[in-house]
Amino acid sequence: MTLTLHAPRIVKTAPLVQVHGVSKSYGPVVALREVAAKVYPGEVLGIVGESGSGKSTLLRMMNLEETPDAGSYTLDLPDVEGNLFDLNRFARRILCATQIGIVYQNPHLGLLMNHSSSGNVAERLLVAGERRFAVLREKAKEALAASEFPLERLDAPPIELSGGMQQRVQLAKAIALAPALLLLDEPTTGLDVSVQALVLDTLKRLQRDRKITMVIVSHDLGVIRTLADRVMVMRRGEVVEAGLVDQIFQDPQHAYTQQLVHAKL
Amino acid sequence: MSLANLTKPWAPMSYGFLDASAKRELRRKMIKSVCVPGCQMPYASREVPMARGWGTGGLQVSLTLINPQITVKVIDQGADDSVNAASIRRFLARVSGAPTTLDTLKADLIQSRHRIPEEVLREDQVLVLQVPNPEPLRSVQPNMSIARQMHGDADYGRMWLQLYEQIVRSGRVMQGASYPSMVNGRHVMTPSPIPRWDVPKLHMAKHLTILSAGREKRIFAVPPFTRVEPLVFDDVPYRVEDHAGLTCSRSGAKGFFMNEIPQSDGTSTYEVSDSEYGVKSIRQRDGETLTMGETWYKDGEMPQ
Repeated sequence: MTLTLHAPRIVKTAPLVQVHGVSKSYGPVVALREVAAKVYPGEVLGIVGESGSGKSTLLRMMNLEETPDAGSYTLDLPDVEGNLFDLNRFARRILCATQIGIVYQNPHLGLLMNHSSSGNVAERLLVAGERRFAVLREKAKEALAASEFPLERLDAPPIELSGGMQQRVQLAKAIALAPALLLLDEPTTGLDVSVQALVLDTLKRLQRDRKITMVIVSHDLGVIRTLADRVMVMRRGEVVEAGLVDQIFQDPQHAYTQQLVHAKL
Repeated sequence: MSLANLTKPWAPMSYGFLDASAKRELRRKMIKSVCVPGCQMPYASREVPMARGWGTGGLQVSLTLINPQITVKVIDQGADDSVNAASIRRFLARVSGAPTTLDTLKADLIQSRHRIPEEVLREDQVLVLQVPNPEPLRSVQPNMSIARQMHGDADYGRMWLQLYEQIVRSGRVMQGASYPSMVNGRHVMTPSPIPRWDVPKLHMAKHLTILSAGREKRIFAVPPFTRVEPLVFDDVPYRVEDHAGLTCSRSGAKGFFMNEIPQSDGTSTYEVSDSEYGVKSIRQRDGETLTMGETWYKDGEMPQ
């Protein structure tokens, strides 16, 4: 019996998300300077950096909420072509509703607080054009179940729910239409450690089961270490270092990354 | 020739109360709103001798359209004899010299609050509805700038969210009045607080409907033969109020929109909400010969 060894397979898939030369300044403040990033299908990209480093701005742009001063953004999907920053408002809305899901740090940004939780998830389907009540209800239930939301509270408005639950509703809303890209903006910040662990657990499971491509922004290296495959370190609107998570956290090259990793450990 | 010959004699006010420029503004915006059915047109709403919210929008439209050959009917909640209806009717007659009537069939111009008459309106009639809140998106999008963008994009998904919420909370659609309706397959409008019962009357109607909100300064219209479809889920059909089986205790009319009159023993009796239709039914029963118009609903059913 001979042991056959295979050469490691080389990744040949094209990146799903490509961001090139994105710059943005708010008056004299430069938020992003020539930022580039690639995310491959099924991969989780973590973005770390201090407050004001431009990581959330970058995420908002990936959700097409803001347009940069310069730069391009492409998604490698059928029917999606060209620089997405050039799309009009109408096309943007359709694309955001069907292909991109987002979970904000502050649930007030992503949820209608006084509508029911299932209604919040259903809204997403309604925007995409679903008009059958039974289907809406069923799909909302499925998405909430997938994000491990207790189904007996299906119709409770998010305002009555705990922080962790609100994040789960946001997550259910984001994944309801099986988006190609899931954006997470500090999804666990502001939750206590045990709830944080549970939410991370859910995210991890979702990622494993559905192979969703994710971009997660956090200042918490622990979160990035748990979830991400690759990490991008940002500072003052620039990417200072990028690579595999283990590589960056074990052997940081850039002075700022070293500082960051040591501050944590 | 003197200057006095060239000018009109002095009058305390213009014909029909509103001055010429105000009427011109109204006319222009009415034409615009007829051109884009269901789309809200902003207009310069004037002061009229009535508090905002009491039908100033409808009154301005009526004052613009009125002339001495036009017969006017004014309804408030279906009744011709309520204080608001009576005062508006008297005011219209006083400033224009137009004849007034209570009979839907004899009226050319009908100003109404909250109801559409039970008798079918003809091509030559105009219905003016008073609207308190013209924006159907207000409950789902409090920011009016964004709401206007949503109208522009025909982004009406959230209107169904409102219905979804009602079904989840109460088991059925609870929207009783101002039921959001799609006009001509493009714009969602609120048809003023008319009951669900009256919304199908607007669909492919022969008459022109002008809806005007004086306080909110918006005017919109449903031109003749225009589709008006209430928003519904594909699997939850539109339902009007369950008034088909009710009988009017005074006139004996059956299958129309009723007012409920609670009795001291806890039960209730009903009478036809369209008061003049009730009066005509009673007169006919008592042997008087008069023309009863064709009604939208027949035996409590709206023929499709």
